[in-house]
Amino acid sequence: MRTSLLLAAAISAVTLSSASADEIWVSNEKDDTVSVIDIETMEVTRTIEVGERPRGITFAIDHSVLYVCASDSDTVQVIDPDTGKILNELPSGEDPEQFVLHPDNRHLYIANEDDAITTVVDTQTRKVVAQIDVGIEPEGMAVSPDGKIAITTSETTNMAHWIDTSTQQLFANTLVDQRPRHAEFTHDGSELWVSSEIGGTITIFDVATQSEKAKLTFEIQGVHQDRVQPVGFEMTRNGKYVFVALGPSNHVAVVDQKTFEVLDYILVGRRVWHMAFNGDESLLFTTNGVSGDVTVIDVEELAAVKSIKVGRFPWGAAYRPTN
Amino acid sequence: MRKSLPFLLMVAMLTTLGTASAEVKTTIGYLEKHVPPPPVLSNLDPIPEDDGLAGAKVGLADNATTGRFLKQTYDLTVQVSDNTDAFLNAARDMLQHTPYIVVNAPMDDLLKLADLPEAKDALLFNVGSADNRLRDEACRANLLHTLPSRSMLTDALAQFSVKKKWIVWVLLTGGHPGDLAYALSLENSARKFGIRILAKKIWEFDADMRRNAAQEVPLFTQNFGDHHLVVIADEPGDFGRYVAYNTWLPRPVAGTEGLVPSAWDRTVEQWGAAQLQSRFSEASERDMRPKDFAAWAAVRAIGEAVTRTNTSDVKIVRDYMFSEKFELAGFKGRPLTFRSWNGQLRQPIPITHPRALVAMAPMEGFLHERNEMDSLGIDQPESKCTAFEG
Repeated sequence: MRTSLLLAAAISAVTLSSASADEIWVSNEKDDTVSVIDIETMEVTRTIEVGERPRGITFAIDHSVLYVCASDSDTVQVIDPDTGKILNELPSGEDPEQFVLHPDNRHLYIANEDDAITTVVDTQTRKVVAQIDVGIEPEGMAVSPDGKIAITTSETTNMAHWIDTSTQQLFANTLVDQRPRHAEFTHDGSELWVSSEIGGTITIFDVATQSEKAKLTFEIQGVHQDRVQPVGFEMTRNGKYVFVALGPSNHVAVVDQKTFEVLDYILVGRRVWHMAFNGDESLLFTTNGVSGDVTVIDVEELAAVKSIKVGRFPWGAAYRPTN
Repeated sequence: MRKSLPFLLMVAMLTTLGTASAEVKTTIGYLEKHVPPPPVLSNLDPIPEDDGLAGAKVGLADNATTGRFLKQTYDLTVQVSDNTDAFLNAARDMLQHTPYIVVNAPMDDLLKLADLPEAKDALLFNVGSADNRLRDEACRANLLHTLPSRSMLTDALAQFSVKKKWIVWVLLTGGHPGDLAYALSLENSARKFGIRILAKKIWEFDADMRRNAAQEVPLFTQNFGDHHLVVIADEPGDFGRYVAYNTWLPRPVAGTEGLVPSAWDRTVEQWGAAQLQSRFSEASERDMRPKDFAAWAAVRAIGEAVTRTNTSDVKIVRDYMFSEKFELAGFKGRPLTFRSWNGQLRQPIPITHPRALVAMAPMEGFLHERNEMDSLGIDQPESKCTAFEG
């Protein structure tokens, strides 16, 4: 008994001393909170109250502040990650769902789901720089690594809208399958990937020509095709993998970034939605909306290693290094 | 109240961008034969005058938003009549301008319209009649259905019942033709899914139940043997609302009252449905109803096919709608497609109570060789519809 107490004390001392352990921040859509997971202990260490229906979540490039789309509060909140205090709120347009921070670390491109608009906000002046008419229910947001192109996908219009960030004007609109949810550029900027939830596909575009290059489909044994619904996904920086959340199929697909081959399916929590890597991309954290937890995937082993209870309907995830 | 003379209402909804540069223009007609609802005991829930039409308008706005990125424009022509002759005249007039007509009318009028020589190559969408016969022996090749049939609704309820092991029903039905059709559909679904209907009673009281439901319903339900569920067939919403909590035995109530299977309900908010609900209520200042959903889905199905084929040619659009490529994201968690043998839109059926979604049929475990959604409603092997063959 005494020994175990001592041991426990020793462990907590270790934890305390590494209070600077890196973190994963998770927005809980139905709890109006953000859960902070300590990557070392894989436990929730803090729960921060934010605005109503938090969804999109991202850090400034220097991780000095956190941005959260408080959808039902119609604002983007700027939060001090050290104190959890809300520093200020940005005008975001109505019902901000997802956003992406431009590489200039200054402009947020925000999808206004109820308004068929993409709003561009200057985080320094806290002013709206532009509002761009896009399709119905804009959701997925991406920006090219060179910052020249921003993408909005619209769920009911079924398009990827290509925005020239120098003019804030659309220069192309490309059709994808039903209910596009998420978009990402490859790290070299040559391809744009767009997931379609109801269509069950990922469409890969050649960025230079905005033309379709390939289309991925997914098939999980024992799961009805209609439930295999690609939503959030992330690409490894080394160009090796793309991890694709497949919603109510409760699996994450592992795709070869080069050959587009689906390599594996990993069972995770229920209605897997979005995800974030840790710093060296050895771990991947997926948000599972229905089961209210986060699954930790070992990227080397391609296996789920742990699940962590968070708030109700975890939606987005973001990584924060602390040293 | 609606004016009794047949009137013509032209709504031209222009797209945001100018139409001058339009390459593909699609006109969609909305044709209604208005039937005054039968009198009911309570006036708590009047049927909105634009039931159905409001959904078509939201669908049109959705199409237009997509269309403006593709140089495709859409407009909606609306005609509402209150008698069959005016309805058919309006139809003939409309068919000169467009082959795409969303129809909100009873079965008889619908069939007269479908059989007009002018409608031979048209694409009509039934959003007003749930009659099973329209998807069966009375089907027409130019008539698609985005409103679920009664059998889809009652099959959904039966699947849910089986899942809950509520396998003994008693059936209360009104005497309205819709009530009897719904009751028959419940009986067929019970047979299909192995549910026993212990007793069936017709509600024949003409007293005002707001005053004596508490006294009447216990007596009316007293002689039933033990059962799991009271199912009610009362489509106009007359007596059904007075049954719950007044039955002799404490039993849940389902069917047209209580736990209700439908095409759509305001409590559906998953699968992105919250966005459609809020778009609809913002535009229409009320909740979205089943016929609104059916009309929305019809207009969106046309829009989806025009978007993907980049033409408004009815033959190409129809072929595309029946091809494997077609799918409609209908905010119900699965892609919606048309049944090739009878023109019915496959769709999950929400089962709701007034405050929440309880289940979404098809229920897990009800398998089907082709598509689980085909476990709801008349399936191909038993279909008597031949119009779609060849």
